Amino acid sequence: MATTVHEPPKIEPERVPSQGSGNGGWRNLAPADGALRRVQSYSPPPASTGIWVIMASITMSFAAFTSALIVRQGTAPLQPITLPPVLYLNTLVIIASSVTLEIARRRIAAFMGGKKDQGANPAMWLYITFGLGLLFVAGQTFAWVRLRAQGFGLAANISYSFFYVLTVMHALHLLGGLAGMARVIGKLQNATLRRSTLDATSRYWHFMGVLWVYLLLLLWMKL
Amino acid sequence: MHDTAHAVHGAPTSFIRKHVFSLDHKVIGKQYYALALLAALVGMFLSWIMRIHLGWGSFAIPGLHLLSKNGAPGNVMTPEYYLQLMTMHGTIMVFFVLTTAPFAAFGNFFLPIQVGAEDMPFPHFNMMSFWVTFVGFLVLVTSFFVGDGPTLGGWTQYAPLSAIGSVGGPGEGLGVVLWACSIGIFCIGQLLGSLNFITTTLDMRTKGMSLMRLPLSAWAWFITSIMGLTAFAVLMPACILLILDHVAGTSFFVPSNLVINDQVLPHTGGSTLLWQHLFWFFGHPEVYIAIVPGMGIVSHVLITNMRKPMLSHRVLIYAMGSLAVLSYMVYGHHMFVSGMNPVSSLAFSFPTLIITIPSTIVVLIWLGSLYGSKLRINAASLFALGFVSMFISGGVSGFFLAQPSIDIMLHATYFVVGHFHLVMGVAAMFGIFAGTYFWFPKMVGRMMNETLGKVHFWMSFVGAYCIFMPFHYLGIAGNVRRYQAFTDDYLIPLIPVHKFITIAALFTGFAQLIFLYNLIHSRFWGKPAPNDNPWEGTSLEWSTATPPPHNNFGDKMPVVYHDPYQYSVEGASTDHVMQTSPENLGNAPDEK
Repeated sequence: MATTVHEPPKIEPERVPSQGSGNGGWRNLAPADGALRRVQSYSPPPASTGIWVIMASITMSFAAFTSALIVRQGTAPLQPITLPPVLYLNTLVIIASSVTLEIARRRIAAFMGGKKDQGANPAMWLYITFGLGLLFVAGQTFAWVRLRAQGFGLAANISYSFFYVLTVMHALHLLGGLAGMARVIGKLQNATLRRSTLDATSRYWHFMGVLWVYLLLLLWMKL
Repeated sequence: MHDTAHAVHGAPTSFIRKHVFSLDHKVIGKQYYALALLAALVGMFLSWIMRIHLGWGSFAIPGLHLLSKNGAPGNVMTPEYYLQLMTMHGTIMVFFVLTTAPFAAFGNFFLPIQVGAEDMPFPHFNMMSFWVTFVGFLVLVTSFFVGDGPTLGGWTQYAPLSAIGSVGGPGEGLGVVLWACSIGIFCIGQLLGSLNFITTTLDMRTKGMSLMRLPLSAWAWFITSIMGLTAFAVLMPACILLILDHVAGTSFFVPSNLVINDQVLPHTGGSTLLWQHLFWFFGHPEVYIAIVPGMGIVSHVLITNMRKPMLSHRVLIYAMGSLAVLSYMVYGHHMFVSGMNPVSSLAFSFPTLIITIPSTIVVLIWLGSLYGSKLRINAASLFALGFVSMFISGGVSGFFLAQPSIDIMLHATYFVVGHFHLVMGVAAMFGIFAGTYFWFPKMVGRMMNETLGKVHFWMSFVGAYCIFMPFHYLGIAGNVRRYQAFTDDYLIPLIPVHKFITIAALFTGFAQLIFLYNLIHSRFWGKPAPNDNPWEGTSLEWSTATPPPHNNFGDKMPVVYHDPYQYSVEGASTDHVMQTSPENLGNAPDEK
């Protein structure tokens, strides 16, 4: 036992990183002296884990808002409100944006994998997605402005308070997704886009879509 | 954010990038430590003047009027000002000391090193996390100096009182808004921190570092970061709703027709219990956020000084994990007397009693492992033992409070205050001290003075018990918490006890000044650390230079061959086998 025999270490089988190649894999490690250090090929890229962590935390926040709504409803009935019809249109817009983003992602994946030549312009689909995202925010803003003009502001009654808080919080998080998208487009133009960045951004964007559909159902059922 | 996903960034050269807006997790860890130290001093100072007031109500504290315009005419604090100080003491201690020091400070410094990473995966977020927290602290402290002072609602900031504005008393207007902004900002900082901690643990481990080979401290930070992620994500919405009730005229927390100070409030339709639900959903995990890192640090320190692993590495990890899970199911025990449905009280009572099982397992593993070990006695191991002692003493009173029928009597008395100060406040502080004495040589390259450390320990240990054990007696005698004077017949005989506690508090506080002296003196003039591994530890932080270089391990990343606690291995060349040592341990138990 413990005979300091230097036998080869037993290391768990490595998980091969799914994206990127060369240049140190996903971490773009390229020391100046050209000698690649031992990179940890052990783990998935943090961007991918990170986005799940962020989504978990946003889920918790909206769960808190939801439970606030339910606790409040348990105290006394909420005054019913009519949701602005433009919300349904916005829902279609955000679902469409998820579809266009997925088209963009698959095209980019295809030509990153060398399956397609650069002719099929995936950036166009990203621009369309970005435009649809902006349209969604514009649509939401329209709904808020219209409601306010009708005299239903944030403090009109508790139902409107919840309506504004939920929709505005969602829109703020969605703006973060738009900023991420703008980054992806910029990086694609500079040819510095990494798959993990694209995948994380699209995951977040789809999450925003799902979250919106959930919020719409919640508002529609509870208010 | 994905841009920042480079663990590798060049060493900074300018002063600002090196010491102020640094991306280096080690600098950020030290910044968190400094913030916690500052906050702890402020919090301790507040407790001193409160204690003096409780013991000698009419005693004029020289200069007190300088702190507040109206709070201390003639240097004697008003009842409202007492409540304001108490609120700030609680808020500062819970958020800016107990959360920042054991979790954010030590975790930032040592988690990446213990997993074998060069840095956290999102260093920009990490930097933001500290500076956001610092701004949160400034916002909170600002409330001392603006309007009519800080809020008086207690660290739990119960609505509707906290939501009705300045009609509720001094500080209930602007003070509450600043409090809610500060805590909301703090939540952002901790969410960013948790994001980094989780991704570091999952994604940045070096070759051979499986999850079970992580030291217990790394496990504790990982578990805490998951708790932080979910808990602070709930507190932030609560703060947003509270701010809206103040500035936007909404009524989330204020019911219709509420009359305060003969005024009917304009709010309509809020829920009085909503804040308590949201707050305690965060608040109970928060106490575990404060204590679990301490458990990890203390286990790590004890193992190194016992020269043997815990009875079970895995069971300890699973127990800390179950604490985290259960901590979400027990929050209702803070609301037994809130008018909640009695069935709910029962439903929350069961998990509250069940959560004592993993806590007991942790304690039994500590005691069982300590039994028969030849513990090396130094300041770090003494504070680790002190932690165990405080955790047991404070935990036992939890059995009483977990039962609704007893809690109805003890709720909002000094019994509760004694319980949580011992089990979460003092215990977590002892964890911080254990970590400080233990890791100080690695952090700054110098040793702390052991003699002063031991003096600090014994004074704090005796002092803390002298302060908080009588609290339990006071509580059973019916002394309600948050009273600023004891003028009722049944309370007057208790005043000598309060005087004793005040003297004990000043004595214990003085011990902390010894620590402060030791810390600062050792930082600059302490004995240089004799080598990179002064405690003969095995985990990765002891296999790198002291203090660690910018990328933690120089030009060669470590490879891990063993679990972190290979001490006293039969037949091995030394009494401890480093995680990085390729030595073959034969049949010795070794986590894979």
